[in-house]
Amino acid sequence: MATMNPSPVKNCARLQVSTRKKSRKRQFEQIKPQSQNQSQIEWKSEVQQQNYSSKLLHALQNIQPGSSPNSRPGKIVHDAADRVLAATAKGKTRWSRAILTKRLKLKFLKKSKKHRVAVTGCSGSTKKPNVSVLKMKSKNLQAVQRKGRVLGRLVPGCKKHSLPVVLEEATDYIAALEMQVRAMAALADLLSGSGSGSSSG
Amino acid sequence: MSSRRSSRSRQSSGGASRITDEQINDLVSKLQQLLPEINRNTRRSDKVSSARVLQETCNYIRSLHREVDDLSERLSELLANTDTTQAALIRSLLMQ
Repeated sequence: MATMNPSPVKNCARLQVSTRKKSRKRQFEQIKPQSQNQSQIEWKSEVQQQNYSSKLLHALQNIQPGSSPNSRPGKIVHDAADRVLAATAKGKTRWSRAILTKRLKLKFLKKSKKHRVAVTGCSGSTKKPNVSVLKMKSKNLQAVQRKGRVLGRLVPGCKKHSLPVVLEEATDYIAALEMQVRAMAALADLLSGSGSGSSSG
Repeated sequence: MSSRRSSRSRQSSGGASRITDEQINDLVSKLQQLLPEINRNTRRSDKVSSARVLQETCNYIRSLHREVDDLSERLSELLANTDTTQAALIRSLLMQ
């Protein structure tokens, strides 16, 4: 649907996707500055949270207790929650795509992993050159780079990306995680509230 | 402007890449606005170093992960009671 409706958040998300399909060349210049503010707003909106909550509920209902890894039962819920979160992100960010493809990676060999990184990550060649490149003046470069690496490991799918990419992904990821916390807390309250017989308002 | 962005997105290879100080600073400041810790303890006029912001970001993400972990443990216990779940589900669907 390539309709240009200026409107609620969902339509904007669709608009961004369709714009991307149209003009590949300009997509990075146009979309990136917009999408950062947009994404912040998206993760904070009620709509998004409702969306996520209902999807999460359905996902949790479908969990088969038997087929789980025997570590902690909380892990299953956590994984499901992450997957729903990534799905809610509509695959616009690397971390969401990384979460969604994680299961596939476990099934297939690591060949496909390299393939995916090259395809989805635009900065495929930023491995070593990165360190010598960012010679910023008086910025404690080494410290920043080091912490950037650590951060890259924390955000899914960003282990091998350059610092600006990692920073961008991190901002979106944090907003998404905050929403995840809010939604799961509300859900837990709802479930525990009804358990004791009182209706939650 | 376009050369800066397109070089970031296409080729960062070759001698001098054009990832600039400005870009990094810009991203770091955006990140900083999301961090509750730094914003509470420092005034807006103070400059916080990028390394500090990144450190706080790592800490914040880790704490969010832990929170989600705790919440998911709680949820998995709650979901184990099927009766509770069904009543709650019906109620939540009605409310939405």
